[in-house]
Amino acid sequence: MLVLEKNAMTEEIELLVHKYGKLRSSLLPILQDIQRKHNSIPDFAQQEVARLLDIHPVEVFSVISFYSFLNTEPKGKNIVRLCQTITCDMAGKTGVAKALERELGIKFGETTKDNKFTLEYVNCLGMCDQGPALLVNERVYPKVTPERAVQIIGEVK
Amino acid sequence: MEKKERKGAVLFSAYKRGDGIKKVLAKSREDVLLDIRESKLKGRGGAGFPTATKWMMVAAANSETKYIICNADEGEPGTFKDRVLLLEYPELVFDGMVIAAYIIGAKNGIVYLRGEYEYLKKSLEDYLESMRKDNLLGQNILSKKGFDFDITIRMGSGAYVCGEETALIESLEGSRGEARNRPPFPVTTGYMGHPTTVNNVETLASIPHIVSKGGEWFKKNGTDKSTGSKLFSVSGDCRKPGVYELPWGTKISDLLKIVEAEDSKAVQVGGASGFCIPKSQFNRTLAYEDAATGGSIIIFNESRNMLHILKNFMEFFVEESCGQCTPCRIGNVKLLEGIRMIEKGEYTFNYMNQLKDLGRTMQVASKCGLGQSSPNSFISILENFKDEIFNGNGGNNGK
Repeated sequence: MLVLEKNAMTEEIELLVHKYGKLRSSLLPILQDIQRKHNSIPDFAQQEVARLLDIHPVEVFSVISFYSFLNTEPKGKNIVRLCQTITCDMAGKTGVAKALERELGIKFGETTKDNKFTLEYVNCLGMCDQGPALLVNERVYPKVTPERAVQIIGEVK
Repeated sequence: MEKKERKGAVLFSAYKRGDGIKKVLAKSREDVLLDIRESKLKGRGGAGFPTATKWMMVAAANSETKYIICNADEGEPGTFKDRVLLLEYPELVFDGMVIAAYIIGAKNGIVYLRGEYEYLKKSLEDYLESMRKDNLLGQNILSKKGFDFDITIRMGSGAYVCGEETALIESLEGSRGEARNRPPFPVTTGYMGHPTTVNNVETLASIPHIVSKGGEWFKKNGTDKSTGSKLFSVSGDCRKPGVYELPWGTKISDLLKIVEAEDSKAVQVGGASGFCIPKSQFNRTLAYEDAATGGSIIIFNESRNMLHILKNFMEFFVEESCGQCTPCRIGNVKLLEGIRMIEKGEYTFNYMNQLKDLGRTMQVASKCGLGQSSPNSFISILENFKDEIFNGNGGNNGK
């Protein structure tokens, strides 16, 4: 990380700590905001959060590693999550999964070379009556067909 | 997503925002609690703890600071009723929280919304803002002196186990969502060590109806031990999936008719952590005393491979176990391995029986509800469908 980037990151985290309060209970909202903006929480950000909240960096890492929507390694700009739970599975998840893999040229758990897309499975999205469900960033798409899935990722490019 | 007109006896009956709060503010806390006790309302998340008892304990706790938490971390596979309530009936959920706050004497309310539902957050925050404008939240609510209460929304980050109330509190406090030892219970030592009541979205949504129409009215639906009605999230092999409000005590076979399910082989009641009920038991009723459920109903027709379904459930639990206690962390992996052995045809009945025993051990030895209930589907599916699973064909049943 460049010094300039580091300074910008520190400033950003200071603002977040100010917004949510210097409390341990602010940890998750702060991490969620960093994650939303940068698609990951890099080492330096973890250290800064720890310093500003006065807790050990290991605590911060331990929390990040627990939650599936937080990650330390960079991911793609858009995160495409396909529901793998039973009703979406019965409604045709596998076909959608294969279409996405073919179209993006990556497997689930991987990121495209241009860093535009990360493909992941997710557990129940609560759209069981309208499966298969696809979550692209924060937006949910119900009743996705293989063709429609490819069209959706075309739209967010 | 547009608002649909829904019909139901209790939750989906008519209600105007603020009516319940007005009614309650004219009465004493004790009278309101008695009304709720009269209704015999039980927690709608699945555990079925009497709501009035929980609130009585928090109300009786001696503390300046108390919290009311709305558990909107619905992660059980096959459940989506809370999404419908929050999207289409926020007035019920939030009025319920305000009424709870009045009863227990809380100044702060928190909605713990699962990360997957982030798209609901904006509309919920706008709704809270409009409540503040109408003095249904904030200082001296509806001019009742000294009744101050406000609600904040906090997001989860994709962890199923955070639906367990103590794990949820850990998560709110900025830690890993690992369940706590109980006792102490949250009613005495909850969020930040203060007395806290954690209630399911649907439980809170029932409250405004009960206080404005009375406990007797509420009891008109349902059975003696399971009063009122329940939202069922129906999915799987049927023509009309969706959320249905039906009285407790509805027979499974009647529900299947309503949702137009044909050719059904089995119904998973209570999601992945629930039980799989075969065709021969479709005359059982949905109620706390028979087939208890938090509302998830997944229907499987004759073409489905039960071993494949079970494998999907166990993969889910292996992923979502928090890893804190050994029975759950190791047990779920062992059960999943057992299913892979059956798939390959490399199993012995002796070992399968040992695995069922392991499951029963997990049910008593796990620390929280996740590990205590994850073997349910393993045991119920292997026992109820042994003919087709152990046919030497990897559970494929020739299909």
